[in-house]
Amino acid sequence: MSEHEIPRQRAIPRRAWLATTTGVIAASVVKTRFDAVDLLAQEPASPDPTKVMGRLVSELGTRSPAEQPRRILRALEPSSSSRTPIAALHGIITPSDLHFERHHAGVPEIDPQRYELLIHGMVERPMVFGLADLKRYPSVSRIHFLECSGNGGGAYSPNRIQTEVTPQQMDGLLSTSEWTGVPMATLLREVGVRPGATWVIAEGGDAALMNRSIPIEKAMDDALIAYGQNGEAIRPEQGYPARVFLPGWEGNTSVKWVRRLELTDQPVMSREETSNYTDPLKGGIARQFSFVMDAKSVITFPTYPYALPDRGWWEIQGVAWTGRGRITRVEISTDRGRSWVPAALQEPVLPLATVRFRHLWNWDGRETILMSRATDETGYVQPTVQQFVEARGERTSYHSNHIRAWKVATTGEVTYGLGDVL
Amino acid sequence: MTRVVSVVLVVTFAACGPGASASPDEAATAAVDRPPERFGFGRPAEAAQIAAWDIDVRPDGQGLPPGQGSVSEGEEVYLRRCAQCHGPTGAEVPSLRLVGTQPWEDFPANRAVGNYWPYATTLYDYVVRAMPQDAPGSLTADETYAVIAYVLHRNEIVPADAVMDATTLPAVRMPARDRFVPDDRTGGPTIR
Repeated sequence: MSEHEIPRQRAIPRRAWLATTTGVIAASVVKTRFDAVDLLAQEPASPDPTKVMGRLVSELGTRSPAEQPRRILRALEPSSSSRTPIAALHGIITPSDLHFERHHAGVPEIDPQRYELLIHGMVERPMVFGLADLKRYPSVSRIHFLECSGNGGGAYSPNRIQTEVTPQQMDGLLSTSEWTGVPMATLLREVGVRPGATWVIAEGGDAALMNRSIPIEKAMDDALIAYGQNGEAIRPEQGYPARVFLPGWEGNTSVKWVRRLELTDQPVMSREETSNYTDPLKGGIARQFSFVMDAKSVITFPTYPYALPDRGWWEIQGVAWTGRGRITRVEISTDRGRSWVPAALQEPVLPLATVRFRHLWNWDGRETILMSRATDETGYVQPTVQQFVEARGERTSYHSNHIRAWKVATTGEVTYGLGDVL
Repeated sequence: MTRVVSVVLVVTFAACGPGASASPDEAATAAVDRPPERFGFGRPAEAAQIAAWDIDVRPDGQGLPPGQGSVSEGEEVYLRRCAQCHGPTGAEVPSLRLVGTQPWEDFPANRAVGNYWPYATTLYDYVVRAMPQDAPGSLTADETYAVIAYVLHRNEIVPADAVMDATTLPAVRMPARDRFVPDDRTGGPTIR
């Protein structure tokens, strides 16, 4: 099973899930996936918090026991990817402990005191940088999305399209953080790139020594050697103590735990850029070095397993992003794609970052299908699944960015409805 | 007279608190150091560290070490170090499939070395850094060449008497070599 297939999730009784989200707790009947419910089902310390002194300050905060979002793992063990609960989040920043994971040989334990980044190859001065060296350089902080190119690979299949699937299961290999680090260009100027160097081979310090070839244009443009994530050190699962970060590019190229950059005049043709992370197309060819993530939007509410309890006003919400600059427009259809209206884009609308969209919808109680469609600053419009399959065929599942569909039944129950618009 | 004015200014600024800024004229005269092309941080890399860490193997054979291995030697290595995950012949585990010559129409289920890997050198680059997963980098150069010879033979790419080394491995022509094309997506209205 590869990372683009949909992981199984423990069954979520719809009534119970709804109860937890609306704050209605029926401890004797509710049985759900979240630990939170178990905690909530316990008797609270006091029925009236205004009549008892609360907990005092602490060195490290914790979430409310009632709010316990979780990454979901792949079905197979040992799992090598986990997915962000995108439908459980607000705004655009992913809490660092909920950032998706994709590892090729687990999370290495790296001593920051012994950490070294070697830069060599076609350079004037091969050099080694410690973590303190990296932090001494002028730093930048930028908010960017990171998406695995396998994200959403299970959203369409010529054989069978699941209906009971959550946004997290389908598109949870997506997260957004504020990344802090030193521009790779600064380090490349330090070592002096020799004429003729056209690629940077980045290698991680994990047990896969995972490597990808990066064109030097990207390295000199907006690539980072990042050591900060959302105001603190990068989490071990995200590459502690330092990683490559390539804004807008498929996640695998942002090599985690980076220990070596080699300047070369050719790509290494590593496994991850030949037999993996390439896209078989129609006509017996395969697209290679398909770095940029095209524009995409996903509705996160209302989606499975939610059930709208009654007709009336509901705010359709979701996120949109593009690897080619800014999202300029997100449109919503509440009538199976027959008509489209612009959604509100929540500021800030940042380049190469997720943007949140909202659309107020007055549901009349009839069965329908909800869809979202993103446009970016290049004029690229998120394709329908038919356009997507026409362009690429059915042999590839990477870079799956076609329009998703959510079916709302007369009962209010929401299921993944792509199969209804094929 | 000038001194008196200065005192008044200082008092005014103090009253404004730390958020007050200097006048535009004062800001303009403040010296700003121009950042250098090089900062001089870090230290020169030692040749020994570069040699130890630089394990890349490229399609032209750059990076391949001395050593050699045959198909029959590779079968022994495969059964001892690889078969427990990849299956008795390398074709049994769909997600870890090594051996396969099925046509592309069966993709993505049947991607394997024989029908999808464009460069034989990638096998060396990958095995030496990441395989076997329970002891990555533990195979000798001879064992690595041998197991690659075995896998290539199982994929009907090299004959049973083939020997892989730094010269023969880059010369292996892979069946999928010409199938890969560069990314032609550029943004804009066309869906590719």
